[in-house]
Amino acid sequence: MTMSEGDLAVTQLKFVRQTTLDQQPPPMSLHGPIGWLRTNLLSSPFNIVLTILIALFLAWIIPGLLNFLLIDAVWTGADRDACREVVQHRTIGACWPFVWERLAYFTYGSYPLDERWRVNIFFAMLAVGIFWILWLQAPRRDLATYYCFIVLPVCSYFLLHGLEIIGLPVVDTVLWGGVLVTIVVSAVGIVVSLPIGILLALGRRSDMPTVKLFSVLFIEFVRGVPLVTVLFMASVMLPLFVPEQYSPDKLLRALIGIAMFASAYMAEVVRAGLQAIPKGQFEGAMAVGLGYWQMMRLIVLPQALKITIPNIVNTYIGLFKDTTLVFIVGIFDLLHTIEVSRIDPKWATPVTSTTGYAVAGIFYLVFCYAMSRYARATEARLAKSERR
Amino acid sequence: MSIDLRAGSPPARVPFYNDPKVRSIAYQVALCAVIVFLVYGAARNAIDNLERAHIASGFGFWNQTAGFDISQSMISYSNLSTYGRAFWVGLCNTLLVAVIGIFFATIIGFIVGIARLSKNWLVNKAATGYVETIRNIPLLLQLLFWYNAVLKALPDFRDSVNIPGGAFLNNRGLFLPEPLPQTGFNFVAMAFFAGVVVSIGYHIWARKRQEKTGQQAPVFLVSLGLIVGVPLIIFLALGLPLGFDFPRAGKFNMAGGIEILPEFAALLFGLSIYTAAFIAEVVRAGIRAVSHGQTEAAYSLGLRAQPTLRLIVVPQAMRVIIPPLTSQYLNLTKNSTLAVAIGYPDLVQIFTGTVLNQTGQAVEVVAITMAVYLTISLATSLLMNFYNSRIALVER
Repeated sequence: MTMSEGDLAVTQLKFVRQTTLDQQPPPMSLHGPIGWLRTNLLSSPFNIVLTILIALFLAWIIPGLLNFLLIDAVWTGADRDACREVVQHRTIGACWPFVWERLAYFTYGSYPLDERWRVNIFFAMLAVGIFWILWLQAPRRDLATYYCFIVLPVCSYFLLHGLEIIGLPVVDTVLWGGVLVTIVVSAVGIVVSLPIGILLALGRRSDMPTVKLFSVLFIEFVRGVPLVTVLFMASVMLPLFVPEQYSPDKLLRALIGIAMFASAYMAEVVRAGLQAIPKGQFEGAMAVGLGYWQMMRLIVLPQALKITIPNIVNTYIGLFKDTTLVFIVGIFDLLHTIEVSRIDPKWATPVTSTTGYAVAGIFYLVFCYAMSRYARATEARLAKSERR
Repeated sequence: MSIDLRAGSPPARVPFYNDPKVRSIAYQVALCAVIVFLVYGAARNAIDNLERAHIASGFGFWNQTAGFDISQSMISYSNLSTYGRAFWVGLCNTLLVAVIGIFFATIIGFIVGIARLSKNWLVNKAATGYVETIRNIPLLLQLLFWYNAVLKALPDFRDSVNIPGGAFLNNRGLFLPEPLPQTGFNFVAMAFFAGVVVSIGYHIWARKRQEKTGQQAPVFLVSLGLIVGVPLIIFLALGLPLGFDFPRAGKFNMAGGIEILPEFAALLFGLSIYTAAFIAEVVRAGIRAVSHGQTEAAYSLGLRAQPTLRLIVVPQAMRVIIPPLTSQYLNLTKNSTLAVAIGYPDLVQIFTGTVLNQTGQAVEVVAITMAVYLTISLATSLLMNFYNSRIALVER
């Protein structure tokens, strides 16, 4: 039978449809909100049970949080009576007037009132630096590195600590506190750990046995012990190791401890990046006659650091959280100022502690989450450039 | 200009300071000199400073009477015991919270990690929310929250929360009934340990037989019978030889029973919940590292979902999971030093805290504490390297 005969045979059949049907939407059970529910929440008996359990849990915790933080919260008041159930005769959530009153202490610690503008300038300079270095379309980003790693640390030191010659009275670090100390400690850790970490990582991969030995010893020793003991070492042993008149102050000791700790971890992150660079890059650099430092500075490190940016940022997140541990050696960081304020008899209520911890929790959550989003976005951007 | 290619022309003279070998030796000598100088200077200063402060050096304090009490100790200790004894109490407490914390963190971490891969939208988002929140809040803050805002806010011991089964919860801790073994209970214990040993032997035998003949043995049921069933029968046959010391409210405090300190509970909660968030990420990455082709291949061989998971996916995922998992366990152990902030008597709180304050021997005390953690870390990483070399994928 030829083709045309076949077509003819089909057209003559009365029960064969000659025109295409209009497209029908898929059945309700597979699409739209009901379909979504069926595939994503109720696909099997086990999943139905799980969905119900999680929904019950969320229905318990989310309204609880909202009630505590917003609906039942007290917004104005002068002292603890505003936040006491026995006085107010209602359920009391967070006690925000306590936070309003202590906000300046949480931010500056005991920094003298007349000098707090210096701290504000420091915060502003820091914000400029961070935006400059993180915003990819910013003008002259090459200068941003120098600004963040050289200009900013030097200026901040004289601004915060003081310089009598230009009329800035010296403020003893004992008075520093709150967010200021948290940011100073983490900024010092961040600025110091990268260069030292790079040097240690290069030392660990060096051909010179003693350099390698000392690098490995330092890295493994610091990474093998908890940060608390490193801080204890810095705060109780360091004063013994230097002549009495040069004994560093409390904050500096903690900064040295944090910097040592962060450098050792950074060294391992950078080493992972160095290991990912193909050997051909090193050989190529040597073949065109570059010396060791030129090879590292121009060929290897730019590539190695680029692929480690996400891990470097993750290390910074860890460091930022770890700065709370300076609390244990008696430095007044944000958490310590909250811990001191919450036992103030003026605000002694059952909800004061929880309110204080909620403030600290939100502060760290916002900063760490922002950093981790940045790390993830960078990872995605780098993955795009690797694709061919 | 032409290049001179005549043979026998003298090679270009390289000055000796440009010779890489000479340079390398010079750098290393300089580095050693700097380090020796620093160590020598530090030691001299330390000796001077200690003499000036009249602090004895050496480990003589180890056998002196400590004179302070410790709220929780697993080995016998009183304030007449020595500093050395206090050290062991602290070490035991550290290991106790680390081991129990690792147990709970692993369970929570695996559940959340698997939940993050769930196709159930709600489960997936809840697990993601847990991980993102807990990972981004400092552990110290979480510990302070559990201790001060949750456990210390519980009612006084006069209004304790009654938990069914004779347990009480109040702001001084959790009080559980203490089991008191009576005559004959050691038979039950012996039966239990014998059951464990025999089960392990049976498992080895069953695996050998399966490798040889392909026949499977009901390992799980037999082990259950040996470990739980037999001791239970002996226990019942001997007429329940176990009594309980129930806690009850006394005049000033609870009396009787086992007391779980709020410090311990807060540290355990904090460490387990915090580390579990990191373990969840490790587990998720490990499972995603097993390519989907493995699952498809298993299905095409006729395996069902459950055996596919047990025999194909999990063994391959474990290879990826275990090294970072161990480093999380180490982190948990190291993070248990934060006990010092809430007053749980761990090694750091007892030794670097109280003992250091009483003796003033900073160098010795900090060095001993660091040596302990360093030993734990290095032993674990040695074990890990050994394990890694054993299970590493044999490449072609």
